[in-house]
Amino acid sequence: MQKYLARRFVLAFITLLSVSLIIFIMSRVSGDPRHIYLDDYSTQEDWDRMGEVLGLDKPYYQQYGLFLKGAFRGDFGESVREARPVTEVVIERAPATLLLGGVAFVFSILIGVPLGILSAVKRGSWMDTLGKLVALIGQSAPPFWLGIMMIFLFAVKLGWVPPYGKQDWNSIILPAITLGWYYAAANLRLVRSAMLDVLDSEYIKLARAKGVSSRTVILKHAFRNALIPPLTFAGVTIGALVTGSLVVETVFAWPGLGRLAIEALFAFDYPLLQGVVITFTLLYVSAAFIVDVLYAYVDPRIRYA
Amino acid sequence: MATSTRIQTDVVLKVEDLRTYFRTRWGTVKAVDGISFDLRKGETLGIVGESGCGKSVTMLSLMRLIPIPPGRIVSGKIILDGEDIVQVSEKEMSKIRGSKIALIIQDPMTSLNPVFSIGDQVEEAIRIHQDIPKRQVMSRALDVLRKVNIPAAESRVKDYPHQMSGGMRQRVVGAIGISCEPQVLIADEPTTSLDVTIQAQYLKLLKDIQKDSDLSIIFITHDFGIVAKMCDRVAVMYAGRIVEHGSVRDIFNNPSHPYTEALLASVPKMDQVVERLFSIEGQPPPLHDLPVGCAFADRCPVVMDKCRMEYPTQATVSDGHTASCWRVGE
Repeated sequence: MQKYLARRFVLAFITLLSVSLIIFIMSRVSGDPRHIYLDDYSTQEDWDRMGEVLGLDKPYYQQYGLFLKGAFRGDFGESVREARPVTEVVIERAPATLLLGGVAFVFSILIGVPLGILSAVKRGSWMDTLGKLVALIGQSAPPFWLGIMMIFLFAVKLGWVPPYGKQDWNSIILPAITLGWYYAAANLRLVRSAMLDVLDSEYIKLARAKGVSSRTVILKHAFRNALIPPLTFAGVTIGALVTGSLVVETVFAWPGLGRLAIEALFAFDYPLLQGVVITFTLLYVSAAFIVDVLYAYVDPRIRYA
Repeated sequence: MATSTRIQTDVVLKVEDLRTYFRTRWGTVKAVDGISFDLRKGETLGIVGESGCGKSVTMLSLMRLIPIPPGRIVSGKIILDGEDIVQVSEKEMSKIRGSKIALIIQDPMTSLNPVFSIGDQVEEAIRIHQDIPKRQVMSRALDVLRKVNIPAAESRVKDYPHQMSGGMRQRVVGAIGISCEPQVLIADEPTTSLDVTIQAQYLKLLKDIQKDSDLSIIFITHDFGIVAKMCDRVAVMYAGRIVEHGSVRDIFNNPSHPYTEALLASVPKMDQVVERLFSIEGQPPPLHDLPVGCAFADRCPVVMDKCRMEYPTQATVSDGHTASCWRVGE
C-alpha cells in the first residue's frame, strides 16, 4: 500500500513538473515577456532593467530554474491587467470554481450512480428508459446550448432562479446542472454496464446460494465491484469538472477561474493565464491522486499488488 | 416392507416431475422436462450428461436460483426436509439456501468475490443463518476452513481471493458450502478447472466431510471417472430428462439406454490402443423444438419406428435400475 502510494505521488509530481516545463516553453516561444509589460514610450534602459528583474539576461535553463523557484513559492509574477500578483487574483477566484465543480460533482454522482444501479437491476423497465434519456441528453447536448436553454426555461420563462452571476444560494443550480450533466450521464452508463457484468458473475450466484438476500447482494456484493470503473473515472471527472468550467462559467457569468482564464486570454494577460493553467493542473493532479487512494481502498487487488 | 419404510424416512430430497422452462424468442426452451429422483441421507447421486442436457438448470432449480424471467419452474415438487421448496416465498427460500441446501460451483477463479476477504465470505454465510455472537462466528469460520485443510487458516482469513491458488480457492468455496452443515450439498463440476492431483485431493476431502457429517451430495459432472469414484447412484440426463437411473454398479456393468452405452464407450481407456476415440454422431436436438418421440432417436444406433412416434415409458431393468427406452424388456 505505501509503495503504491509513493509511486502515485512520484508520478503526480512528474506530471506537474512536465506541465510546468511546457508552460515555460510556451511562454518563451510566444515572444519576449517585456513586450507585455513595457509600452512604446519605454527606453532601452527600462528594457534592460526589466530584463534583469525578470532574469531574461540569463540562459534558458537558468530562467526555467527561476520560474520553478517562483512557482514553488507561489509566485507567478504580476498580472498585467490587474497590476497585482497573479497568485492573489487566482486565490480570489478559486473558491467560486471549486464550489461550482464540487456541486456539479455531487450532482453527477447523485444522479448517475443510483440511476445506473436501478437501470441495471430493473433492466428494460421505465426506470431503464428514463436512464437512457438522461444519458442521451447529457452526452449529446453541448453544455453551452444546454446552459442557454436552461436559462431560457428556468430563469426567463419560469423565473425560479437567477439567470446569471453568483448572487443568491440558488444561482448555482443551473450552472452546476449544466456542468455536471455530462458526467452524470457518463457515470450512469458506467455504473449500469459494470453492474450488469457483476450481477451476471459467478460470485453473485454463490452469494445468493449462501442465502444472502437480493437486497444485500445488490448493495454489498455487486455495488462494491461495480464501483470500480466509475471510481477510476471519478479522477477524470473531478479534474474535468473543476478545470473544464470555461464554457459554463462564461455562459452563466460565474466569477471563477474558467472565466478568469478567458478574461486573461482576451486581455493578453500572459502571466495570469499561466497562473490559472498551473492552478488547473495542480487541481487536476491532486484530484487524480485522491481517487487513486480511494481506488486502492475499494479494490484489494490494487492494494496488495 | 421393512426396507421400504427405512428408505422412505431416509429420503432428504425428493424431486417429482420437475419442469423448468425458459421463454425465449425462438420459443419455449424445455431445459428440464419432467425429472424425478430421490436423494437419501449420506448418499451421493451423480447427474451426468453432455453440455446443455439440463444438468445445471436442474441444479439452479433445486436452489431456486433460476433467473425469472425468462426462466420459470413450471411444475413439479422439490421436497426438502418435508417441505416443498417450489412453493415457499423468496424470503423463506433465502433462509433455506446455504443452511439446508448448499452449492459448490464450478469455477474457483470467479466464484469468490474479489473485494472481500476469505474470512468475510465464510463468516457471512454463518452470520446469515445462525444467530450467534461475532466471536463465535469467527471461530466457526476458522473451524470450517481447517476442515477443508486450509493451512494456517488463522492468518489466511485476512487474505483476498487473488492471493490464493485455484485449488485453495475451491477449498474456500467448499468451506462456504459446508459452513452451516447443510443436509444437501450440490457440487456443480467442482473439479473441472483444477489439475488432476488437486482434483483427487479435493474429491477425497469431500468424501471425508461426507463421512463425518452424513451429508447427501448431488454431484453434477460429465466425467465418468469421478462418478465411479464418488457416487452411489447415477442419473443420466439427455435433453432435459433422466434417461437412465440406477446404482453405479448397474450403470457401469449393465447400461440399458443406448445413450448411456454411447457415453461409456466414449470414455478413453488406458489399456486399449485405438485409432480414433469413440464419439456419438450428431447433435442433441434443440431444447425449444423437441421431437414427439425419444429425443435420442436421431443419434441412436438401434432406433425403431416406435421411438419416433412416442416417448418411451420408464422401464425397470432391475430393482432400483430404470431406463426410458423401448428396447428395454424386449
